[in-house]
Amino acid sequence: MTTASAGVPAVKVEEKLFQNRYLVDAGRPHIRVRPHDTPSKALLALTHACPAGCYSLNDRGQVEISADGCLECGTCRIVCAKTGEIEWNYPRGGYGVLFKFG
Amino acid sequence: MTEDRFDAIVVGAGPSGNAAAYTMAKSGLKVLQLERGEYPGSKNVQGAILYADAVEKVIPDFREDAPLERHVIEQRLWMMNEASHTGIHYRSDDFNEERPNRYTIIRAQFDKWFSRKVREAGAVVLCETTVTELVRGGRGEVIGVRTDRDGGCVLADVVVLADGVNGLVGQRAGLRTELEPDTVALAVKEMHFLPREVIDARFNLKGDEGAVIEAMGTVTDGMVGTAFLYTNRESISVGIGCLVSDFAQSQTTPYQLLERFKRHPSIGPLLAGSEVKEYAAHLIPEGGYKAVPEICGDGWVVVGDSGHFVNAIHREGSNLAMTTGRIAGETVARLKRSGAACTRANLAEYRASLDASFVMKDLRKYKDVPRFLDRTRQVFGLYPHLINQASQTWFRVDGVDKRTKEREILASFRKSRSLGGLIGDAIKLARAWR
Repeated sequence: MTTASAGVPAVKVEEKLFQNRYLVDAGRPHIRVRPHDTPSKALLALTHACPAGCYSLNDRGQVEISADGCLECGTCRIVCAKTGEIEWNYPRGGYGVLFKFG
Repeated sequence: MTEDRFDAIVVGAGPSGNAAAYTMAKSGLKVLQLERGEYPGSKNVQGAILYADAVEKVIPDFREDAPLERHVIEQRLWMMNEASHTGIHYRSDDFNEERPNRYTIIRAQFDKWFSRKVREAGAVVLCETTVTELVRGGRGEVIGVRTDRDGGCVLADVVVLADGVNGLVGQRAGLRTELEPDTVALAVKEMHFLPREVIDARFNLKGDEGAVIEAMGTVTDGMVGTAFLYTNRESISVGIGCLVSDFAQSQTTPYQLLERFKRHPSIGPLLAGSEVKEYAAHLIPEGGYKAVPEICGDGWVVVGDSGHFVNAIHREGSNLAMTTGRIAGETVARLKRSGAACTRANLAEYRASLDASFVMKDLRKYKDVPRFLDRTRQVFGLYPHLINQASQTWFRVDGVDKRTKEREILASFRKSRSLGGLIGDAIKLARAWR
């Protein structure tokens, strides 16, 4: 058995998100990462577990979020529920992702 | 926001919320339904297969105008390894019936239709409104909700929580605990468009016939999960989902896993030349019976994904959602008619009705399966691989005699999993399944 991505070129999630419709609530992100020095294992996991690739590591080794492409699934909320490192709310009514097909 | 008082407030306009709102409005109750999306369906994601029985019990003549894609005449269950799949297919002309049993649907369209029915039944449906919290009375009973519309507060005799898998409203009010990462799956999905006749030809379909594929195996990279491919009229829904706890451990991203599934030699040709128009992600409650929270209390009841009502083994969710929504709606309407309050004791009737229905019977039947799968990872990697290897040994004609081939196959299973291991897995499965 071979590993996950053998022979499959890396996909850019941005190209997938580009197909979607969003109404971004400018200046009011619905998810925030609380200030931290060193991310927990759970918070670090979000850099690859988030299906929209919203989480990334900055050059100081901290996890940052850009929630504009968020699909509002709640994965990050559940992974970090115990560590309390993220603050998660639904976007204000009407904002966020708008699924055409779902 | 209106200052009126309602008989019932329904939070969410997915299948469970719509079934509840429709049932109560039809019974003459004054119903307010709140939905955070721009339109009902705009936040909702499903494979999606619709089970007629559950819809019929809410709207008997739904086939007249509901946006249905194809009725399912063929179900394929595939076990996959890197190069192959071994499958069980069931196709029957009996499914070409006057009132088909299962349909593929496109959720955003179906939810809009369902919501129109809810409005026609007399409920007030307010979109672009996120419920932020429950409002409590002096005895701690739920008496209404607060929303993000100017912090408005609306009161009702009962609040039906149909707010989906994340169930934030109930959880923040302390009505339930947080979901554990090993009781929810994250599924990612794409919509691939192709001309209707291309889909017909690739899947051997005519008219509105549809085929669906459910797949498991090395495609989930050792994680507990499954993949799917459903035919719509002019599109194919393709997706893959695994436990959130597994995604958190894995270095593989969900979109890379989906890409890999799409490029599998058994899947790739089915999607060739398609145009992708959407990429979605959603959580699926898969903890089964043991993960079902408290489902009613003073002034509140929980329906659908918010109540963890999903039969993951049979890939059934929307039917459990509509059934729990309908039964909750019927219970509330009955209480209202008899002048009884929506207290915990009175709403326990809802729980009792669910216990007597297929919803709880099925969840209870499979209550040990989630734990079995979590602890028997070979079901998702090793066994599908061995089965495909065995198929190849069996079907390849190469001068080796059949008895030797049989011995080779048995030896490959024993070598990878030992006789004791094989028997142990079989016994554990039988125990979890019965």
